[in-house]
Amino acid sequence: MDVLEKLTILTDAAKYDAACTSSGGNRTAKKGMIGNTSSSVAGCCHSFSADGRCVTLLKVLMTNRCIYDCKYCVNRRSNDTPRAAFTPEELADLTIGFYRRNYIEGLFLSSGVFRSPDYTTELMIRALRLLREEYRFNGYIHAKAIPGTAPELVEQLGLLADRLSVNIELPSEAGLRILAPDKTKEAILAPMRQIRTRNLQSKEELIKYRHAPRFAPAGQSTQLIVGATSDSDFHILRLTQALYQQYRLKRVFYSAYVPVVEHALLPAKTVKPPLLREHRLYQADWLLRFYGFRTEELLDEHHPDFDIRLDPKCSWAVAHPEFFPVEVNTADYEALLRVPGIGVTSARRILSARRTGSLRPEQLPRLGVVMKRAQYFLTASGKLPEGLRFTQDGLLRRLIAAERPAPDFQQLSLFDAMA
Amino acid sequence: MTEMIYLYDGSFQGFLCCVFDSYAYKEVPTAICCDEDSVPALFDTRGIVTDQGHAERVYRKIVKCSPYAASLLQKCFLTCLPQREMRMYHLVSKLLKQGSGFLRDPSDETLYPVLRAVRHLEGEAHLLKGFVRFSQLGDVLGGEIRPKNRVLPLLRHHFCARYAGDRFFLYDRTHREVLFYTSGQACIRPLDDFQMAQPDATEAHYRLLWKRFYDTIAIRERYNPRCRQTQMPKRYWSTMTEFQDATYFTPQSSCAAVPDPGAPAGISAPETPSGFGPSAPASIP
Repeated sequence: MDVLEKLTILTDAAKYDAACTSSGGNRTAKKGMIGNTSSSVAGCCHSFSADGRCVTLLKVLMTNRCIYDCKYCVNRRSNDTPRAAFTPEELADLTIGFYRRNYIEGLFLSSGVFRSPDYTTELMIRALRLLREEYRFNGYIHAKAIPGTAPELVEQLGLLADRLSVNIELPSEAGLRILAPDKTKEAILAPMRQIRTRNLQSKEELIKYRHAPRFAPAGQSTQLIVGATSDSDFHILRLTQALYQQYRLKRVFYSAYVPVVEHALLPAKTVKPPLLREHRLYQADWLLRFYGFRTEELLDEHHPDFDIRLDPKCSWAVAHPEFFPVEVNTADYEALLRVPGIGVTSARRILSARRTGSLRPEQLPRLGVVMKRAQYFLTASGKLPEGLRFTQDGLLRRLIAAERPAPDFQQLSLFDAMA
Repeated sequence: MTEMIYLYDGSFQGFLCCVFDSYAYKEVPTAICCDEDSVPALFDTRGIVTDQGHAERVYRKIVKCSPYAASLLQKCFLTCLPQREMRMYHLVSKLLKQGSGFLRDPSDETLYPVLRAVRHLEGEAHLLKGFVRFSQLGDVLGGEIRPKNRVLPLLRHHFCARYAGDRFFLYDRTHREVLFYTSGQACIRPLDDFQMAQPDATEAHYRLLWKRFYDTIAIRERYNPRCRQTQMPKRYWSTMTEFQDATYFTPQSSCAAVPDPGAPAGISAPETPSGFGPSAPASIP
């Protein structure tokens, strides 16, 4: 089998992994080595695929042979699909060749579980070591730690990679038991704990010794599948919050479940992936990380799922009229961030601009405030934007209309209303 | 006051001299134009001679007022903002008159257009850090871009660090400039025309591998061309490997049939013939 064919099979098998970021590394170029990691905070996107997702790393599997039989996965052993495996040399040649042509920022290496978790991880370590030590590759590497791997191997993997990730996949233990019988919660959390501890330890050592080895300097991330099980948004977001706080994760990725197989325990193959729900979860994720929100403020037992028509921040704002309007000239940064239509950048700009004089409503769009949402929630110098009149009841309707400029409206009949 | 058009040589120093001379002659220019694209006008013109000493005096004064304004002006000079010289001129004169306080307010009417243009420039440079495609031509890497703004000075540091031990060049076809880098030295020079050489067998193979990877990585059930186009506007596609037609993947010296670049099961990327406007995207087969 030639490399082109292998690449096709192993890319196709890896594409359901959502994570594709090259942020968090800040390794400068070294003499005799190839490349560096992106200095930009946001990483560097090299392309966008036809589904609109960013392509920044060469995302492939080491092999798609797998001993597990997770129901939701294309690579499960009971699936009839062509199998392939890269040799370490092929993988290293591909990475270097792509990197030099500026196609990619680095390598994202994952794998099916071949023989055993330990054996698979050893294969990955061999490939990464060749890439780092023989080919002198200095770019970004994201490696997958497989649940059930010996801690010694995770340790070696972390010293070669910039970022490690362990996929939780199913957000509850019950889901895991039914759909991924070969995995347990404990087996998933153990490497995550180890990575967190080692990462903190390595940062401490670096303060004392300049050349201390760096263990996964770009931290760790994980992925949750949305829509394969009946877990609510509240449950998923609470889990996310715990992962950020207790496991110090850099990112949690959500992946709308794409039905790849007909199974009694899974949504039917005709079901469309819940893309909008995934989008709402990402929006809420940002609210947790950058806007000072907590899960309990956004959702609770009585409202376990997000309103699909409205983004989480607007939903929160509509439910908390007592907090508004916010006066942009006097409110503090945290209060500004709670206004829909004001983000981190525009809040900073407001703070800076109001030092030169009091702000008027017509200045706000130029500061980056999205007025179609923000206008209902703020005042500038005590004034609402010119000509704005609305009632609390009409607010929800207007916000929904602002989000969807062309709604799929319904023809109302005079007689329906009477009936 | 009389109307006066300033003509300068198109360099940043030249622009600084326009500022200097406008204060020397105690007049505000109606427009500042580059010599090359000046057309006969009804107004009087004044040719501004670039004097290194004058330029330095103006620049030192700007830095003294605000280092931020100095870097903003340098970047704004690279943008494609219409009448950028006049907008920059107004910024400088406001800075000299009022001090640097107004720079804190991004919505200030003098500052806002300049800031927007600079954000556009920086945004384009950031995108191009990813979207540039290099080809291995002998022992040199070569790439080509068609940006709206003059991004080469902003890309210089990024690519020199990335290819520290290599040799490369990057050609900006819009502004007919080229960035050369070899053994620690980089320079940007004007270059009128340039044709990329045909790929050899290895290069063509890597192009093919990349196209195959790109077409395979998309998930069919999530197909969303609008999202892709928002993130990666079509004007960048013409220089990107994944959107080229079959000839791009044929090596120079062989007539042998190459495998079809598109993935059999993937979503084939639409082709854009280089040099022309973007074509309509092909639908999924």
